[in-house]
Amino acid sequence: MIEIKDLHAKVEGREILKGLNLSIQPGEVHAIMGPNGAGKSTLSAVLTGREGYEVTSGSVTFEGQDLLEMDVEDRARAGLLLGFQYPVEIPGVKNVYLLKAALNAKREAQGLPEIEAPEFMKLIREKIKFMKMDNSFLHRAVNEGFSGGEKKRNEILQMLVLEPKLALLDEIDSGLDIDAMKTVAEGVNSLRSQERSILMITHYQRLLDYIVPDVIHVLADGKIIKTGDKSLALELEEKGYDWLLEGVA
Amino acid sequence: MNQYAEAFEAFNRHAESGWLKSQRIAAFARFEHLGFPINGVEAWKYTNTKALAKRPFVLAEGYDLQAAQKLLNEAAVTLDSHQLVFVNGIFVPELSDLSSLPQALVVEPLSEALDKELELTCGMMGRLAGIDSDVFTALNFAFAGEGAVIRVGNNQVIDKPINLIHLSTASDQPQMSHPRILIAAGSSSQLQLVEQFVGDDEAVHFTNRVAEVVLERNAQLTHYLLETPGDQSWLIGRTQVEQQRDSRYGCHHMNLGGKLVRDDLVCDLNGKGASSHFSGLLFGRNKQHLDIHSLVHHNAPQTYSHENYKAILNDKAKGVFNGKVVVKKDSQQIQADQSNANLLLSDQAEIDTKPELEIYADDVKCSHGATTGQLDETALFYLKSRGLSDELARGLLTLAFANEVIDELKLAPLYKRVEESVAGHLPHQVDLEEL
Amino acid sequence: MASEEMEQLVRKEYKQGFVTDIESDTLPPGLDEDVIRHISARKNEPDWLLEWRLEAYRHWLTMKDPQAWAHLSYPEIDFQAVSYYSAPGAKNKDAPKSLDEVDPKLLETFDKLGIPLHERAALAGVAVDAVFDSVSVGTTFKDKLAEAGVIFCSISEAVQEHPELVKAYLGTVVPHTDNYYAALNSAVFTDGSFVFVPKGVTCPMELSTYFRINAANTGQFERTLIVCEEEAQVSYLEGCTAPMRDENQLHAAVVELVALDDAYIKYSTVQNWYPGDEEGKGGIYNFVTKRGDCRGDRSKISWTQVETGSAITWKYPSCILRGKDSVGEFYSVAVTNNFQQADTGTKMIHLGEGSRSTIISKGISAGRSNQSYRGLVKVLPSAKNARNFTQCDSLLLGDQCGAHTFPYQEIGNSSTQVEHEATTSKIGEDQLFYCMQRGISEEDSVNMIVNGFCKDVFKELPMEFAVEAEALLNVTLEGAVG
Repeated sequence: MIEIKDLHAKVEGREILKGLNLSIQPGEVHAIMGPNGAGKSTLSAVLTGREGYEVTSGSVTFEGQDLLEMDVEDRARAGLLLGFQYPVEIPGVKNVYLLKAALNAKREAQGLPEIEAPEFMKLIREKIKFMKMDNSFLHRAVNEGFSGGEKKRNEILQMLVLEPKLALLDEIDSGLDIDAMKTVAEGVNSLRSQERSILMITHYQRLLDYIVPDVIHVLADGKIIKTGDKSLALELEEKGYDWLLEGVA
Repeated sequence: MNQYAEAFEAFNRHAESGWLKSQRIAAFARFEHLGFPINGVEAWKYTNTKALAKRPFVLAEGYDLQAAQKLLNEAAVTLDSHQLVFVNGIFVPELSDLSSLPQALVVEPLSEALDKELELTCGMMGRLAGIDSDVFTALNFAFAGEGAVIRVGNNQVIDKPINLIHLSTASDQPQMSHPRILIAAGSSSQLQLVEQFVGDDEAVHFTNRVAEVVLERNAQLTHYLLETPGDQSWLIGRTQVEQQRDSRYGCHHMNLGGKLVRDDLVCDLNGKGASSHFSGLLFGRNKQHLDIHSLVHHNAPQTYSHENYKAILNDKAKGVFNGKVVVKKDSQQIQADQSNANLLLSDQAEIDTKPELEIYADDVKCSHGATTGQLDETALFYLKSRGLSDELARGLLTLAFANEVIDELKLAPLYKRVEESVAGHLPHQVDLEEL
Repeated sequence: MASEEMEQLVRKEYKQGFVTDIESDTLPPGLDEDVIRHISARKNEPDWLLEWRLEAYRHWLTMKDPQAWAHLSYPEIDFQAVSYYSAPGAKNKDAPKSLDEVDPKLLETFDKLGIPLHERAALAGVAVDAVFDSVSVGTTFKDKLAEAGVIFCSISEAVQEHPELVKAYLGTVVPHTDNYYAALNSAVFTDGSFVFVPKGVTCPMELSTYFRINAANTGQFERTLIVCEEEAQVSYLEGCTAPMRDENQLHAAVVELVALDDAYIKYSTVQNWYPGDEEGKGGIYNFVTKRGDCRGDRSKISWTQVETGSAITWKYPSCILRGKDSVGEFYSVAVTNNFQQADTGTKMIHLGEGSRSTIISKGISAGRSNQSYRGLVKVLPSAKNARNFTQCDSLLLGDQCGAHTFPYQEIGNSSTQVEHEATTSKIGEDQLFYCMQRGISEEDSVNMIVNGFCKDVFKELPMEFAVEAEALLNVTLEGAVG
């Protein structure tokens, strides 16, 4: 699905990613954990093509294509979708409008015709219900006045509608109470399939109780310093990161 | 105009020839050319200077020390400070106190500075508010001879505030004064300045003061302006500030009334990271006319300005607020906000407000808000339901309205003075002692 | 010389001077009293109207161009180089004969806006008789209006058919002394619309939608007068989303609205006149005076405008809230791109007790354009318990443009509640990134966000106008980003 090789990236002249390697196969769920400042957010920014992040060397291949050469929107259309840590508010733009525009942009890229209105509404209603959201939400402006939990649920809803090949979830659990997190996790779990991969970036082990990853990586100082299965998370919870960092420094 | 020409003739005759003398002549010519802003000048749209223009004023030639002492004791705020006192424009050494000046701080009357360090002083004068500025600045320049010079060396943190007190006492003939204040704060220096205009209600005086302030890198100036020029007096003031990188200028402006008080507050944010903060109160009653015009130029990226003005107007008082923010092209990542809230306590009071934005860059966050209204009825009801009289409840709420800006007066005697003055002059008086 | 003789001489010269021109029915450039007499004579106007025009003209001569205070800069206008009369139907030799001769770029824009095929020819300035006959459509609606008692015709026609109504209301809202361009318009206005809705009648349809092609030819000094008697209601739509070609560079219209007790006038405008090319050459100068007089108690006047055109816009649709509990509204979206300049806003003058006003203004500047909001909220002592709410937001696209706000508030009443909020910001990088990360192209993302920014105003537009307005915005901002 995605192959990251020796990725180096700078932000404001400072090197944050220092040779990161990561490979995810279709159907796998990976989690990246790590202390503050390890480069977690930089990784998601680089993968999605945010401005201000300079890749100095290394490569990222997504479905056989050179991801770093692609525009932001083309990455999304190709199936790489980011669940934002802090979803932005867009006054006046209704959710339903954004969803439709995004879905049609993707369909256009795939050579499909625009979705018919009744079909679209049926799809949306179904997903909304699954995310335990109210229909009125469709006519509210994107994220405007949403609580933290609502915003995160909205991110997952977009994933359910847009069906990415690789879902990138940046701290999708931060700021959520336990119930909201369960709903979000349920949504994420329903995304799991043979064809789809998920990469979660998280700070807290708690999330991994609900979305159980196949592989866990520890990111520190711009590199993956340890990779293991879900038991690694428990170990981290118990001992913190220090025991790993000692080896690095 | 004639009276000004006469006064100017007499004033400049004694001056030594040279740069200053010729500048004064040019300034006076400029003043005569422009004339008082009577018709159609946008900056004076709401403020009428006709009565001022008609009144003949003379320069004071001496002062009554006893009357000055009395006014100082009764009406001015004195604090542990480096203090300069002027009466009707004349420096009064007897009432001033410069006994504890630290080494790296210069505080002296302008007349003295012109005697001792002519070149240096002239170099500071007119750089920011020169003869090509507006009519009152030109007039001030023409008569520039007294005022204050303040210089702080690099890295100096001055603990004691500087207290400039301009007194106006009653005289046979209406008098005028044109003080000029020159301030240069070295890099990373810190300074507090209190400037007070205190007038006897019997005095008929016209104060036309200009201040030029230069803040070097990372310098910080907190400027407290307290204005009570007296019921029959005019006060026109211009404060022109130039700020270098990371410097901070804070102006706490308490305009508590006079016949006509007009302030122009102008900041040029010329270096990255520079910020200005204005907070002020216009408190008017009777037929007072209070006018504040502020202007901030964001000339460099990452500069910040914040402005919060409140007006409380009673009787037939009139208030004018004009705040303007200009963001120059290529000055990116700017934050500027302005807020102006007004409380009209009488049907005949009037407020004219215009918060302006002029923006030529795109990466900006600017906002302004202006509101005019009355006391919150639900709050009033709440207080009364707790047993407060209507009068006290109204007084308290009015005071509360002003509190946001009064609270920023970090010098206790100043805070106390302003709070008492506001509370004591409310239509629904609040006796602070009792509370 | 006796005055009689003098008059004859003047007349004679005037006749001679215009003989050749009467054939072509277009006056040569220039403005003096004779030109005004000529216009009035050609339109067969009553004496009082000629006098009214002349008085305005004489006053105009004493006035100054408002450039001094508006945030605009343009070369001085030579009023003697303008031709002040061209009879309707006068043919322009250079006009394209069919759509095939029209600039393909213009046709492309029509496509994007979804302008109906039959309207395109007229909008592109194809000679009128080559266009389909819209008269039959027009007549059907005219019958329906007549049945309801609504008068809707050109102001010239109204002068002939309903002189007493015109005389009673013309110039009572915008006197010729009001401003430079209102004075000029009063002197030389050529045509415009007249609407009269009698007491208790709700106009059965939105006016002007079906007539907009005809209205397109009313000329550069348009004069519109709309009167609603007690409890009457009308919704009037002006303009058109299509970019109109016009040889007249100077436009100075006056619109007057009068609402009596409990009347409601809704006036919507979509204006998209030629803004000049990408280098800022050419384009219309638009100096408009629009004012509504809420004369009656509980009367209401609502202005909604979407402005994307013109090189220079100078326009402040206003309300005089005279009636008790009267209501004034102003909803505006102004978009400027390339080298356009706009100084626009509103005035709300509160005189009546309990009068209320709302101002929502959204300005979008792109390219190298400059835009100013200039507004006045004035509350007089008589307007007890008056209320105003103003929200005035500017959005900047690109770092070469300017956005300015000059909101005046003059409050002379302590029972007033006036609130003003304004923000200026650039289009959020975060918002753009968010949309693009959902696969939406940059241009579509910008359009989406800008349309969202304008929602509060678009929702005030009649439905079909709103749809067109959104499309218009997108076309106007083409190439503004990236």
